[in-house]
Amino acid sequence: MTSAHNDKHDHATTAHEGEGDHDGAAHGSLRGYLTGFVLAAILTAVPFWLVMERPLDSAQATAFIVVGFAAVQILVHMIFFLHMDPRSEGGWTFMALIFTVIVLVIAVSGTLWVMYHMNTNMMPVHEMDGS
Amino acid sequence: MEQTAPLPVSPIFGRLTLDAIPYDPIVQATFGVVVLGALAVVYLIQRYRLWGYLWNEWITTVDHKKIGIMYMILGFVMLLRGFSDAIMMRLQQVMAFGGSDGYLNAHHYDQVFTAHGVIMIFFVAMPIITGLMNYVVPLQIGTRDVAFPFLNNFSFWMTAGGAVIVMASLFLGEFAQTGWLAFPPLSGIDSAPYVGVDYYIWALQVAGVGTTLSGINLVCTILKMRAPGMNMMKMPIFSWTSLCTNILIVASFPVLTAVLVMLSLDRYVGTNFFTTDMGGNAMMYVNLIWIWGHPEVYILILPLFGVFSEVTSTFSGKRLFGYTSMVYATVVITVLAYVVWLHHFFTMGNGASVNAFFGITTMIISIPTGAKIFNWLFTMYRGRIRFELPMMWTIAFMLTFTVGGMTGVLLAVPPADFLLHNSLFLVAHFHNVIIGGVLFGTFAAVNYWWPKAFGFTLDRFWGKVSFWFWVVGFWTAFMPLYILGLMGVTRRMRVFDDPSLQIWFGIAGIGALLIALGIAAMLVQFAVSIWRRKALSDETGDPWDGRTLEWATSSPPPEYNFAFTPVVHATDAWADMKARNYARPTEGFKPIHMPANTSAGVILSGISVVLAMALIWYVWWLAILAFLAIIGYAIYHTFDYDRDCNIPAEEVAQVEQSRTERLSGAV
Amino acid sequence: MSAMPDIPRTSFHLEEEPHPPEGGSTMLGFWVYLMSDCLIFAILFATYGVLGGNYAAGPAPSDLFELELVAINTTFLLVSSITFGFAMLSMMQDRLRSTLIWLAVTGAFGIGFLGIELYEFLHLIHIGAGPQRSGFLSAFFLLVGTHGLHVFFGVIWLVTLMVQVTQRGLIGANRRRLMCLSMFWHFLDVIWIGVFTFVYLLGMLQ
Repeated sequence: MTSAHNDKHDHATTAHEGEGDHDGAAHGSLRGYLTGFVLAAILTAVPFWLVMERPLDSAQATAFIVVGFAAVQILVHMIFFLHMDPRSEGGWTFMALIFTVIVLVIAVSGTLWVMYHMNTNMMPVHEMDGS
Repeated sequence: MEQTAPLPVSPIFGRLTLDAIPYDPIVQATFGVVVLGALAVVYLIQRYRLWGYLWNEWITTVDHKKIGIMYMILGFVMLLRGFSDAIMMRLQQVMAFGGSDGYLNAHHYDQVFTAHGVIMIFFVAMPIITGLMNYVVPLQIGTRDVAFPFLNNFSFWMTAGGAVIVMASLFLGEFAQTGWLAFPPLSGIDSAPYVGVDYYIWALQVAGVGTTLSGINLVCTILKMRAPGMNMMKMPIFSWTSLCTNILIVASFPVLTAVLVMLSLDRYVGTNFFTTDMGGNAMMYVNLIWIWGHPEVYILILPLFGVFSEVTSTFSGKRLFGYTSMVYATVVITVLAYVVWLHHFFTMGNGASVNAFFGITTMIISIPTGAKIFNWLFTMYRGRIRFELPMMWTIAFMLTFTVGGMTGVLLAVPPADFLLHNSLFLVAHFHNVIIGGVLFGTFAAVNYWWPKAFGFTLDRFWGKVSFWFWVVGFWTAFMPLYILGLMGVTRRMRVFDDPSLQIWFGIAGIGALLIALGIAAMLVQFAVSIWRRKALSDETGDPWDGRTLEWATSSPPPEYNFAFTPVVHATDAWADMKARNYARPTEGFKPIHMPANTSAGVILSGISVVLAMALIWYVWWLAILAFLAIIGYAIYHTFDYDRDCNIPAEEVAQVEQSRTERLSGAV
Repeated sequence: MSAMPDIPRTSFHLEEEPHPPEGGSTMLGFWVYLMSDCLIFAILFATYGVLGGNYAAGPAPSDLFELELVAINTTFLLVSSITFGFAMLSMMQDRLRSTLIWLAVTGAFGIGFLGIELYEFLHLIHIGAGPQRSGFLSAFFLLVGTHGLHVFFGVIWLVTLMVQVTQRGLIGANRRRLMCLSMFWHFLDVIWIGVFTFVYLLGMLQ
């Protein structure tokens, strides 16, 4: 058995194996890719426009919108390009993703929180306000 | 070599000069012994013409069982090295009183305690748990190999490569003098300009590649390759804890990789991640490395929790009490492992709110651990307990680990930690849980699964000798450290002024000697058992009346593990099969599809070691060549599409027939 | 394999040798690898978050970044994502030539992306804003550079795969490899969203 390709003709039961996507990992369709691309293009263009042209006065509001667009665009890429599906591989890819997101959020937000505290407490130039 | 000014870097040899060979007589004597030992091994291999056998059957093997055994051998060999460091420290601290400098200078002593920590965690505990999981998990879940057999071989050789780099530092240059986590700015280029920290970085990076890949491999194996019928809640507890361990590996070792990359950029390129000026922040290193470091603690202990579960249930002749709660406790620990890292640096200057949060999460994590202890106790309750060696180690674990756990909860209280931070109390605490948990668990596992791996049980007498020396030795060695810690003695001290402390170091030194006897007795136990293997042989494949699938096959298992893929109906699959008078099939064998051996793993790892050594010594041309060679060889390897072979049905029939004969002879 | 087939309670083994699909764990394994890689990036983002404001009296993001360049770069990567998608669609329809062509187009965009990034880096180093200049620049070069290094290895991998597909055609093993590379490529695109948002766009807002 040198390759799944040869294998295809050996067993009637393995007809679905040669593809390597036996558990239903989706490939997407032309329609899906194009939808994703158009959405991604819009979601990229708008934040760039917002920052380059600065139609909004408030930097903070712009930042919030930009981050919001990024979050949505990540979802778009996950769905249309990476074909995330809660059922593929018996749900394990999705579980892995959820777990990674949890660890990621803990590590990043925890680091920022901890380091912010240490910076404020440990910087000699900073006025100590007893916090 | 103590270097203060940067060495000139030659274009050919980098900063490698003859001065790199240590002048220290202790190191030179060690080197002599190692060289003699290596020559003896080479001679014996040559004498018995074992080169081909070693290459074909072991070095290039993709069999998870052989790779598991190689991991265990690596771990035990490195245990001897790590323990030698421990004995040296104990001796130094006993001697260095009353104006005496002891026998180790500061440069040497600092390397010894650093190497001790690094080796014990990365090259003893990690190979041992990986070896156990590699050997046992595929058998327990009823499959023929891991998901990626080639990768498994590669992972092992990368881990071994890291060990080679650490060992090389003993005889060429120096090792880090920073403590086992190499905090900057002490590990920065200004404070540590010579090769020590570079050895540390590259040993860990090379081994880390192996660890991460083996983690991915075992996660996929457990998720995808379980025998038919074995749903997640019918999986043996050891496989469950292995799954959680490997998830922790995959989701924490990247952090170590990233933080070490930053440290090496600071040292090699002059960036400012952890420097003290130009916008660097050394506290960030401490924060990041403990985000890896705390999950690492659970990576080490979880598989052994699995071992204790299997052992308790087998030797009590009962199903494990509270299987479901055990699974959930393991999963909870896996997640909570990520929210406690700050308790390692309560004293670094966080606000009260941060310290309170992490103190509370730390105390919470002791709850699932406590639940586990109660589950084991209830499993033993009204069971028919057989005090075989694995069970003895398990009971020693429960007593020892509980004390270690409680001192841990004490340290989790931030105000208490302000008193005990960096003291010998802390040292006693983590040795209490690592020796009492990880090592005692390893010894339980080795005594438990040895007959599976080799077909004969381990000698009981020498096992008991080793057990008592170890347990008594441990308590004698570390209780004085708790006391010293409470008296305010800090860790990593080389000399002492207060003569009243000496007695405690003396007692601790005696404890270390007892442990040395325990290790020696264990080696004798292995030797005696191999010598008496005929008398100790077990033909049944199930010497302990086991409950899980690994006991369903022969000892040692055939290359393909199971002649027919087992089907699982209950949690303790093999106990269920025995209860229902399962008859072993003796005909109708089919050819079995198996992965083929490969030399790519050891070659890639070899070049990686060369790359690491070139980077450590600033031999840039060699580093570039080695890097290109790795890429080129990896690409070349992907052009090999034929990585499988078939075991013909006749061969399977033959192997199974010989087992049938042995079984009938034994009964 | 864990799904319970129709086997009676008294049967404890499969009579037939099961045929687990060859490479059946590859996609999951590669996904798990990507997740671990994702955590490397998480740490680099966290580092940038902590050190990103430490200019050490040196240049700040708004002194350095040229959003036009980043916009072109982002476009390249985004377009390369859809062209890789076309390559995968061609692969599914067993169209060898078209698969190879789309892969080549993807690779070209990848190289274009790397070229622009390299130009940006060299320019920064040239004006004295190299990675040694400040904590901010160290974190910037490491985060963006690590992403670039991934793209670089992706391109090498892509070329290797093009050779292999040419040699052996769209056999099962090659399809699996293409699907892994596809995930890798789209994953890098997701990381890039984080980079251009948090590093470049938010940097310019400060």
